[in-house]
Amino acid sequence: MNPRLRWRKFVSNFMLTMTGCCALIAVSVLFFILGNLVYRGGTSINWNFFTKLPVPVGETGGGMANAIVGSGKLLLLATLFGVPIGFLGAVYLAEFSGNKVAFVVRYAADLLNGAPSIVIGIFAFTLVVHPFKHFSTLAGGVALGIMMIPITLRSTEGFLLGVPRNLREGAMALGASKWKTIVTVIVPAAYRGILTAILLAFARVAGETAPLIFTALGNSYWSHGWNEPTASLPVVIWNYALSAYDDWHRQAWAAGLVLLALILVINILARAILSRGMSVPRA
Amino acid sequence: MSSTTTVVPSAGPVAGSRSFLSRLREGDEIARLITFLFAASVVLITVLLVYELWVSSVLPRHKFGLAFFVTRVWDPVFDNFGALPFIYGTVVTSAVALFIAVPLGIGASIFLAELAPARVSDTLEFFIDLLAAVPSVIYGVLGIFIVVPLMRQFIQPALKNTLGFLPLFKGPAYGIGFLTAGVVLAIMVVPYIISVSREVLLSVPREQREAALALGSTRWESTWKVVVPFARSGILGSIFLALARALGETMAVSMVIGNAPTISASLLSPGDSIASVIANQFTEATGDLYTQSLIELGLVLFLLTFILNGLARILIVTTSQRGSGLGNA
Amino acid sequence: MHASVRQAVSVNITPPVTTGATRETGAPADMRMSITEVNFWYGSKQTLFDINLGIATSKVTALIGPSGCGKSTLLRTLNRMHETVRSARLEGEILLDGKNILAQDVTQLRRRVGMVFQRPNPFPKSIFENVAYGLRINGSKLPMPEAVEKSLRHAALWDEVKDQLHKSAYDLSGGQQQRLCIARALAVEPEVLLLDEPCSALDPISTAKIEELLVQLKDLCTIVTVTHNMQQAARISDFTAFLLVGQLIEFSPTPQLFTKPGDPRTEAYITGRFG
Repeated sequence: MNPRLRWRKFVSNFMLTMTGCCALIAVSVLFFILGNLVYRGGTSINWNFFTKLPVPVGETGGGMANAIVGSGKLLLLATLFGVPIGFLGAVYLAEFSGNKVAFVVRYAADLLNGAPSIVIGIFAFTLVVHPFKHFSTLAGGVALGIMMIPITLRSTEGFLLGVPRNLREGAMALGASKWKTIVTVIVPAAYRGILTAILLAFARVAGETAPLIFTALGNSYWSHGWNEPTASLPVVIWNYALSAYDDWHRQAWAAGLVLLALILVINILARAILSRGMSVPRA
Repeated sequence: MSSTTTVVPSAGPVAGSRSFLSRLREGDEIARLITFLFAASVVLITVLLVYELWVSSVLPRHKFGLAFFVTRVWDPVFDNFGALPFIYGTVVTSAVALFIAVPLGIGASIFLAELAPARVSDTLEFFIDLLAAVPSVIYGVLGIFIVVPLMRQFIQPALKNTLGFLPLFKGPAYGIGFLTAGVVLAIMVVPYIISVSREVLLSVPREQREAALALGSTRWESTWKVVVPFARSGILGSIFLALARALGETMAVSMVIGNAPTISASLLSPGDSIASVIANQFTEATGDLYTQSLIELGLVLFLLTFILNGLARILIVTTSQRGSGLGNA
Repeated sequence: MHASVRQAVSVNITPPVTTGATRETGAPADMRMSITEVNFWYGSKQTLFDINLGIATSKVTALIGPSGCGKSTLLRTLNRMHETVRSARLEGEILLDGKNILAQDVTQLRRRVGMVFQRPNPFPKSIFENVAYGLRINGSKLPMPEAVEKSLRHAALWDEVKDQLHKSAYDLSGGQQQRLCIARALAVEPEVLLLDEPCSALDPISTAKIEELLVQLKDLCTIVTVTHNMQQAARISDFTAFLLVGQLIEFSPTPQLFTKPGDPRTEAYITGRFG
């Protein structure tokens, strides 16, 4: 083996090892994050955490019940607002629309998807907070809902289009109208993918902080109804982490653990649902 | 006729089947209309978004015009607002982020696409996708409590000791600042580079790699000189995507950048980014000019990410088209 | 189990032109390559059974047989391309100039045994850079423009592209791209050139050009080609091997195989009784 070939082979092995290191570093970040959250936040997770309101600094025994409930309300609102628009819009794109309209709608959805979440927050502010002159759960829900639309829309469209032709044609040959075919055949066939899309959209907005900062704002107490500002897990994490108090730092880690655990579980669940079902194109 | 919606159109009387058909069509028409309205609302929301951003930033546009983008001063007291420090901060942190994330991400994607057996590659990709799902605020928490002390105690002093003669590393080592924000951003955008580049590399036709190997290339040579160049537009697209993400990234950056509207050559200096200043000052903004200046910043951010995402999409499609267009007789 | 016919052919060997590149000079051999007792598996599925074959120097050897008979698999073992598939396993001996290729460094081997693929696969580079690629990675000290021109001439492509060397290879037609791939493979001056159905993606005119080319190239290097087109094999090759479900059924000089096949299965195939 001549020296040049020896060098080339050395370079080859070296560079390939380096790429392996890169992959290792990237993946280990995930475990580093999880490990730290568990280590630093695990001990603060207790019954109080889930059931009590925050207490003044210096006192112990407080929790994040209002943030947890607040996040729940916001996400419920977001889902009720964003999912129908995304889903029914996707049905239109996949089943009824012509090419030009489809292009415009998809383009708009992609635009919306690419918008930084803080910009969506500004938008919800101008739309809901400014006219009514106060922050509210409603505004936060709208902001998050808007973010759910494009994800739901594009994924659902992909899965609907992936339903095989012969299923559709079978139904229509029996004389089923278009919408009946959609409701009884196409959507059920694609339900795994659609469910996955909704779950992933949900997980995505569950962790969003920026859109909530000036829509739902925050609240040290329970928020009632939909018109008051509300605490939410991500915003509380943000505030507590930036504060000067150790106890709040610990709670931030704990809340981070709860939030990330929720998001990861939903992600894994969504993928599991999808892989069990029929193979449809990834949107 | 009986109002049946059962499906088999038997050979009934003509009048009956006509009303059956028209009912069919009617049901479809309603469905079409309803779904159209929802689809149209997506477009409406998007248009409204741009409209609101534009209309709600009218004051600073009239008062400052284009000078807004080159003014260094951000003075809420005297109502003088300039975007330059934030544009600078955004550019610098994104540059640092890409500087770190691009080699790391492309390297990892090469490993996943070219070297790792399919199972390993899929498993690792699964973890990378989960990494992309981690919310920004959690990166921020890690940033504040882990990265910042690390920077302050070890990395920044080390940089000052070795490379301190460069203007890049002058000034006290606070731990926060452009460099730290860039590092945290790098960690956040690496998964995007990896997953898109990996897909793009996997789509390169086998025959390209085989042709290189058959000429006596080493594995690295075939990867680096043939497969990666083949996929170069898609990889570039992944970088643009990562950049778009970095630009819009708010929480993690706002927690570690220092929040000072400073323009400094030193990476160790605290600064601010567009998204971060909006997040920090929006609720405290008094007066319409203040608020609207922040909104104008938001509009700028929106346009930037819009352009980058559009370019990214074009680039990624280009690679897949090239792959299918090869070898046509 | 099968009739494997090996012809010991003594031929006057004209060694291929050597310029610059270091090369092992074994004693001139009748057989540039010999394949002995080769068995091959993809995972647990065996696809080649007890193959014994000799590749005569400076001749064209054709491998024919119906789809799935293993001819491409066999071809790809000759430059160890089968190793790109993880589950592939080879047993047996394959010699190049008397030395076992499985014991050699694979990168070096592939410089000496080149390959042209079924669908043209030029690199996303200029015509010039495609041909120069192999030379560059080997650190050839040859002046590039001359070496590239020489290869393009050998591949009968020079006149068509000499004014557009720096244009993208993808601007060429399919037939031209395939000749470019041949030029690219020839640039490193291999001793053996393997071609895997090189014309199957091409139109008849391009096919004819390449067939003519292959016959001329055997002065330069030994040719082994897989083809599903029997008439092509009959036209251009000196020796033909017929494979069926992974077994070598018959191997003879081409005129003999096509006029007086020794095995009834060979006869059935060449008379078109099965595809």
